[in-house]
Amino acid sequence: MSRIIVVTSGKGGVGKTTITANLGYSLARLGRKVALVDADFGLRNLDLLMGLESRVVYTAIEVMAGECRLEQALVKDKRQHHLVLLPAAQHRNKEAIDPTQMKEIVGKIALDYEYILIDSPAGIEMGFRNAITPAKEALIVSTPEVASVRDADRVIGLLEANGIEKIRLIVNRIKPDMVQMNEMMGVDDVLDVLSIPLVGIVPDDKRMIVASNRGEPVVCGLPDSIPAIAFDNIARRLEGEKVPLLDLMAAQDNLINRIRRLFQG
Amino acid sequence: MLEKLFPWVSPVNSRSEAKRRLKLILAHDRAGLNPQMIELMRAEILEVVARYVEIDPEEMEFSLESNERISCLMANVPIRRVKAKG
Repeated sequence: MSRIIVVTSGKGGVGKTTITANLGYSLARLGRKVALVDADFGLRNLDLLMGLESRVVYTAIEVMAGECRLEQALVKDKRQHHLVLLPAAQHRNKEAIDPTQMKEIVGKIALDYEYILIDSPAGIEMGFRNAITPAKEALIVSTPEVASVRDADRVIGLLEANGIEKIRLIVNRIKPDMVQMNEMMGVDDVLDVLSIPLVGIVPDDKRMIVASNRGEPVVCGLPDSIPAIAFDNIARRLEGEKVPLLDLMAAQDNLINRIRRLFQG
Repeated sequence: MLEKLFPWVSPVNSRSEAKRRLKLILAHDRAGLNPQMIELMRAEILEVVARYVEIDPEEMEFSLESNERISCLMANVPIRRVKAKG
């Protein structure tokens, strides 16, 4: 029985695609057969973040129209042999495919792969419906900012209404220095507000941008970096392993910050 | 001026402010009620209660709260005295 997981957030630009790409790599490295499905029709980017943009020939649209076989459309990753990508069509819009067709195509992929990660577009309209309909589980991505948390809450409500019960949270782009100074909500704050189980935390890191420039997810290009470890941990938790959360605050516990906190009272 | 130089001295930090504002707005979002509807509901409930007991509308607290993804309507109505029958 394969796991079909949608990665969604409501708000755009919080890191859905980056997280999908990295988790895909981490899971494949754990020996799992993984298919990533880009559900962002018209604004596809998963191919670009994975450095596979030049290999895209067919998309989900051609598969549906019977113009190619499913296997022809699945782009194999350069580095991980167990990892493939089903690209979204770039010259069409979100209405080019409907939830029933999406479910059908994901159902076919599920015959051959153990994990299917669906990268949802931002918003709660048609593209979002397409992304969540085939899914059995959901990963909610939120940054510790008010707009992102509010949108995440809305999406959680919609997922529950659609019968998806296994909903877990990833808090992305945490800035430990700001949390330490009480200038940003911490993971505990976001958890307290959203009240859903946490599956992982990812710190804000410049190397994520460098990785996207290169089309090489951090778990692949910089496997020893903190964000890479964070993604590997999430993948292991998805596999059912108990992995403690990263202590992002440890590095902030220096003398200057201690003095600052002393002033803060 | 002092707060600009030493932002951490500020008594209300933006972290707790963010959380407080989120909790409030999410209670409303989850219940699907807008402020006008809340106000209407408040006025009506007040009217019903006032039929039976004497209340102080100024002292009344009326708010939506959200805990563990369940919205909860909180009404705190201090009673001055029970009205005599008839």
